[in-house]
Parts: sequence; C-alpha cells; structure tokens
Amino acid sequence: MNHNYQKDISGCGLTGLISKSGELVPGSVIIKSICPMRDRGNGLGAGFAAYGIYPDYKDYYALHIMFDHGTARELTEEFLESNYEVAKHERIPHQKTKYIVYHPMLYRYFVKPKSGRPDKEFADVEGDDFVVRTVMKVNSEIEGAYVFSSGKNMGAFKGVGFPDEIAEFYMIEDYKGYIWTAHNRFPTNTPGWWGGAHPFTLLDWSIVHNGEISSYGINKRYLEMFGYRCTLLTDTEVIAYIFDLMIRRHGMPFKTACKAVAAPFWKDIDDMPEDEKEALTSIRMVYGSALLNGPFSILFGHSNGLIGLSDRIKLRPLVVAEKDDRVYMASEESSIREICAKPAKVWYPRAGEPVIVNLDNKNI
Amino acid sequence: MRRSYLIPEFVVDIEHTNCRRCKRCVMNCSYEALSFENKVVPDNFKCVACHRCVVYCPEQVITVRKNPTDFKGSANWTDRHRLDIWKQAETGSILLTGMGNDLPYEIIFDHLVLDACQVTNPSIDPLREPMELRTYLGKKPDSLEFVETPDGKLKLKEKPPKNLKLEIPIVFAPMSYGAISLNSHKAMAMAAKEMGTVMHTGEGGLHEELYDYGQYTITQCASGRFGVHADYLKRGIAVDIKIGQGAKPGIGGHLPGEKVGLDISKTRMIPMGTDALSPAPHHDIYSIEDLRQLIFAIKEATGYKPVSVKIATVHNIAAIASGVVRAGADIVYLDGFRGGTGAAPRIVRDHVGIPLELALASVDDRLRQEGIRNHASLIAAGSIRSAADAIKAIALGADAVAIGTGALIAIGCRVCQTCHMGRCAWGIATQRPELTRRLDPEIAAERLINLLRAWSLEIKEVLGSLGLNAIESLRGSRERLRGIGLDSQTLDILAVKAAGK
Ligand code: SF4
Ligand code: SF4
Repeated sequence: MNHNYQKDISGCGLTGLISKSGELVPGSVIIKSICPMRDRGNGLGAGFAAYGIYPDYKDYYALHIMFDHGTARELTEEFLESNYEVAKHERIPHQKTKYIVYHPMLYRYFVKPKSGRPDKEFADVEGDDFVVRTVMKVNSEIEGAYVFSSGKNMGAFKGVGFPDEIAEFYMIEDYKGYIWTAHNRFPTNTPGWWGGAHPFTLLDWSIVHNGEISSYGINKRYLEMFGYRCTLLTDTEVIAYIFDLMIRRHGMPFKTACKAVAAPFWKDIDDMPEDEKEALTSIRMVYGSALLNGPFSILFGHSNGLIGLSDRIKLRPLVVAEKDDRVYMASEESSIREICAKPAKVWYPRAGEPVIVNLDNKNI
Repeated sequence: MRRSYLIPEFVVDIEHTNCRRCKRCVMNCSYEALSFENKVVPDNFKCVACHRCVVYCPEQVITVRKNPTDFKGSANWTDRHRLDIWKQAETGSILLTGMGNDLPYEIIFDHLVLDACQVTNPSIDPLREPMELRTYLGKKPDSLEFVETPDGKLKLKEKPPKNLKLEIPIVFAPMSYGAISLNSHKAMAMAAKEMGTVMHTGEGGLHEELYDYGQYTITQCASGRFGVHADYLKRGIAVDIKIGQGAKPGIGGHLPGEKVGLDISKTRMIPMGTDALSPAPHHDIYSIEDLRQLIFAIKEATGYKPVSVKIATVHNIAAIASGVVRAGADIVYLDGFRGGTGAAPRIVRDHVGIPLELALASVDDRLRQEGIRNHASLIAAGSIRSAADAIKAIALGADAVAIGTGALIAIGCRVCQTCHMGRCAWGIATQRPELTRRLDPEIAAERLINLLRAWSLEIKEVLGSLGLNAIESLRGSRERLRGIGLDSQTLDILAVKAAGK
C-alpha cells in the first residue's frame, strides 16, 4: 500500500447494548434497534458484532474471512493449515435474500496458532500477535481475501445492504450475545464493498463508527510504524488498530486510551493537578499521531465490555441509556426506546468523555 | 585603472525637481552609492537595491529599478552568466553572496495544494473553537506506562525525556551574532518569549545581555566552538550541533576579522579583529560515532536537555538523518538548499544540495520505515516563505519549521543579497555601530511577533478548513496534500497523490 490508496468516507448510524450480568440477548433485539435509523444509511453497508456467540469454541480464534474467488480461499486455507490447528471450518451460515444478489464467499475457521513449529511464519510470535500478523498478511498479501473478524467467542457479520437485509442474510436472530453492536452505513465515495462495511475488528476489538477520521492519513502512517497495514480503505479501520496498539500492546487502560484518541484540550490540561497534567501532556506528546481528529462517535466492543466515545468537540451524536443490568448506546434515542421503552436514565455524554461499561463478572 | 566591462545591476532615479536636498538618502546609503554635489548623485555601480533611500526619502522621489540595458538575447548565455564571467575575469575570485539560492529551480511547495472539508465531515471555525498549535520537540518514548492511583486519577510511571515546548510550530533559524547584529538577536529573543517559541543563537554564542532569555534560546555548538562554555550551554533550553547549512553544505563559516569587535570577541571568546573560521568538519567529529559522543557529552553537560543536529539536505539525506537519530539526536534540523546565509560561495549556494520538500518527505518516510520517527522531531527550514509553506512542510512530516530569511524580511531585510559585505543598510546583517543603531530591537520584535501571530492565525484557519483542531493531526498527513504539475517520481517521493485523485 502506498499513498495512492483510496479511502472511504462515511456518515452512519450505530447502536449497541451490553448486559452487564452476561445474559445472552437474541440478535432480534439489536436488529429492532438499528432499523429505525434507516436514513442514517444508504443501503451500501451494514453489520453486526456480537460477543458470547461461540461458547463451544471459546478458546479458539474465530476467523471470519471473505473471499472474492476460489484462489484466495485456497491460498488462505493453505496458510492457515500450516500455521494453525483448525478445530472447525465451515461456511458462515447465510441465506438468499431478495436484495443481496452478489456476495463474496464467507467462511469461518476456529483456530489456535500451532506452537513449536520452526517453519511457522513469524516464528518468534505467539498468540494474539500471531493472529494480528495473520490478519495483516492475509489482508495485504492474498488478493481477494479479507479477514473481517478474528476474536474469540465473538464475531462480526457485515456486508453491502441495509441492516435488515444484512440481518436476514446472516440470520442474525439465530445468534445470542451479551454485547451487541450494529451499524448502518452511509458511505459517500465508494460504491460500497463488503470489506468496507462495519464493524471493523481485530482480535477481540470491534468498532462501529459514525463520522470521518480527518486525521486518517497520519493515523495510518503512525500505525504502519508498528506493523499494522491499513488495507480495508476505510478510516474506521485505524480506530480498531489504534486501540489494539494502545491497549493490548502498550498495556494502556481503556480510559487512558480514550484520552489519547479524544484528548482533552491543552487549555484544560494546563488547569489540571500536576500528576494528571503531566500524564495527559505526555499522552499528547507521545500519542499525538494517534489522536483521532474529525467527527466521530464510536462504539468499541470487547469481550469484557462496551465503550461509547465521541470526538472532542462532539461533531457526531451519541446517546446512552441504562435500565437494570443493560446499557444501551446509539446515535439516536429512538433506537434505544425501540428496545427499551422506559430506560431508568438517558444521557448524552460530553464531548470526548468515554462511557465505559464493564461486565460485572469478567469471566464469561 | 582598467575599464570594467560590467554594467550596473540597478539604476537609481532621483526626481530632482521635487527633491528637498535634505541628504537623508545620502546618509542612509551604507553602500556609498549616493553622494551630494549640489544635488544627489548616484553611483549606480554601488547600488544593491537595499531600498533604504527609497523608504526614508521624505519626498518619495527615489526609484531604484533594474538596469534596463538589454543584452543580446540568449537562453543559454544568460545575462547572469555573462556578468559573472566578466566579474571573475576581472577579479580571479570566487563569487560570494548573501541570502538564499535564487535560481529558478522548481519550488515544490508551490505545486502542492491542501484539502478542505465539505459536507461529509464538518470544517471547524477557529474563531469559535479551540485550535491547538502547541508542539513538543524532542525524543518521545514509543509508549507510556501508568500507575493506578487510589482515586482513579492518571499518573505516569516514568517521566518521558525532556522536550522543548512550543506554543506555535515555528522557531527562528540559527543566525549567529556576528552574521547578524545584536539588535537582531534581541528582537528575536523578545519575540520568541512573547510567542512561546525559541530562537537559535547560531554559532556565535549568546551575548550576556540575552542570558535572561535563555529559556527561549537554542544554543549552538558549531565546529568553531565559538562562545561555547558550560554556562552558555546551560542557559539554553536545548543545544544544536551544527553539521551543515542548507545554503552551503560541506562548507564552513567565516566571519571576517573586521566584524569582530569587542562584544563579538567576548561573546565568541576570540581575540578582537581576528577572523572567526568555523570549518565544515568539527575537529572531533569525523564519523557518526564521533557525533554520538558529542551528543551525549552535551547531554551530560546540560542535564539531558534535548540535543538537535542541524544538517543540510543532500542527496543521501534519509540515511544520514537515520544515522543522526540513532546517534541520539532528539531533533533533526533539516536545512534545505534554499536556506539563507550571511556569506557563501555562490556556486555552492546555488548548486549544492536538494530541495527541502523532497528531503523532508524522504527523511520522514525513512524514520517511519525504521520505526524511529518517535525518537526525534524534525524541524524543516530553508526558505519557509509563508504560513502556506509551513503548513505544507508540516503535512509532509515536519514537527516545526524554522524561519531565518523570513524573519529578517519582517524586520526590514530587502533580500539585496549583500550581507557578506557587512554594510546592511537596515542594521540587520552588520556590526557597524552606525548601522546596527538603525534597528530598534523593540520595534523589530513587534514586527516579528506580528508575523508569527499572523502565520499562526493562518495555520489555524487552514486547520479548521481541514476539519482538524490540533496541529499533530496534520503532521505527516500527506493524504491532505495533492500535487499539481509534479512528475510521478516526485509525487512518489513526496508520497502525495496527484490532484484529482
Ligand atoms: S532623501 Fe529624498 S528628498 Fe532627501 S535628498 Fe535624498 S532624494 Fe532628496
Ligand atoms: S540582511 Fe541586509 S544586507 Fe542582507 S539581504 Fe537583507 S537587507 Fe541586504
């Protein structure tokens, strides 16, 4: 990839929910929530992510891969077989629908990296890192193959269409998860392609995004220094990778990572108590290239929780509601009311102020 | 005396009927091009177009124009070539000059255009929203570690290395006390303080009167080690090791003895009236390992202040910069081949080195490829003429830009390119007391502050139109640039798409 890549720009609607107790919620709920925001999409992309959907294979990375042609599949499977133990391998269940005429081949693989194989590619890399390298390799080196989900006990389902069509196509109502996110996409400069739909995921992280990352160019170049390859041509991709870099590789707490991507203004930092001022100054110095500038609101899912975050001047909407053990986050309140008529509390988080919700019990 | 074949470059016209014969022009002409014999009489040969007389004539009756005398046309044997040959045939010398390269090489900045937001992403109004230009120069760690405090507040485990905090991404370029006057230095120091940025002392040391401005000063250690002592190094907020200068890569500096008066002799720590020679190589640096030793010696001496290394942009600049960063430099100062100079052989100034834009792009790329871009900041210099140049340099990968000639122009320089003569009519590039008096440091500082303020406002305006509210989001974001009329190889080196793509 050089500077001649074309990036995509999106509008979009998003919604998500988490059950803090880990109760599994059927996919029909999230479908009901995303559909009222039809005007926030234009039929060129929608998707869902769910956590807790593969309890039988929860120790395996679930790789969801789309292939444009058989050769891409052969090459990818050859690579997977020589580098991973494959516990199960199948087509991602889907059905014909009225509107989705074309779609790539969709497969999923439940895998564990092989250990102790001297001829394994990236020999010294283990576990999560090995999977990240695999994702980057497949996406950038195997023409026509895209890994669109790679976490454990979670998965992303996405494609070109309106949310109801994509839901029908993947039979989303058949899945049950304790965290769900959904996206309705309004791309403005590409015809829409399957890889470009949201959520964007890497390992356990999934992102749905409304807005545009105006700092995409430098975010991408920054990530390249750490071995990430932004190949999916959409600015949302950088968000997933930035979180992976900060949280998994640099061990940053979630809240701190949010402070890096939606950093407080210098004028506010200058007024903070000494320790905090020093910490936030350093974050901006060190992670300046990871600052996400431009309009965004995102839902950031991971196996232990859900985070809602909007940009530091709140150029995109985000509303949060709570009832019992559930927290809802969406672009519009109507989407929440559709599935939770009387929330106990509804609020609009302040610009750049993350809403971080964790599971009560982290071992689900 | 033999007849010179040269003809004057400029013609001074005086409208004698409206002249009030006040002789102000004569007194102002430091090049002695004007004299008074019942009326003002110009010696066109001596006029350098410094415009001092034009500006100070109360009747506005003086015009300086290019000598209209035509040469028989030739696209090959240009007037310039012919005049140069005549000069050299008469003197047998190297052609010397001041200020930057003026040959019509393509200026890449002028072939780059910026992006702007439209409906899909909102632009930001800098009059209503904060726009942040604050910039930290220096080495940054790749990551940070935090400790959990009981009250859930953020606290760093370890402090990052010292950085240079700038409120605007523009600094003043190194120009030595000697090359320019003390009043010029004072003006820059005052302006730097007011605007929250820094000036470079250049290689001539820091005059004691400016010690109080140390926090706004980057001191320089050049091959001559002029004025370099422990107190000097400690005064500054950072230290710059000068390896090369854009105007004259591979060439050292030379301040003629007649400019070395008492103050300069004290500041530079050399006897009065002696030539101050600073050869290109440092006597202790003949390799990258030697440079590393000096960098760390300076860090030890200063309590680990950031150390900058100034290099001229030459053909293999990316590899050189990578070596410099690996040698421990916190800042790499890239001086492009259009950079200014007090005095240089014209052949070197005009034909040695490469354009800043290409150097900057390839250095930024290389440091990224090697994963060490965080380890040093980049200052881009060498003819930053406007806020637009500054913004484009930042989008190409610079952390900050430095302005030298631009700053001098703000305080009066007319780019007459005769600094090497030591007669600067504006009191900028001279040490003659009757001339240095002409530059009031307070007024000059005000002009510099205005310039920096104006450029900052312009940068904010462009950031807003790009939908960005922090300068770090533009730094290295080549995606926001497009090239017009650049060949594909140049675009490739810049990693910038052609307009329309
Ligand atoms: S300064 Fe102007 S008015 Fe005075 S002598 Fe010169 S030309 Fe005449
Ligand atoms: S500093 Fe003075 S001598 Fe040098 S170019 Fe400017 S006006 Fe001319």
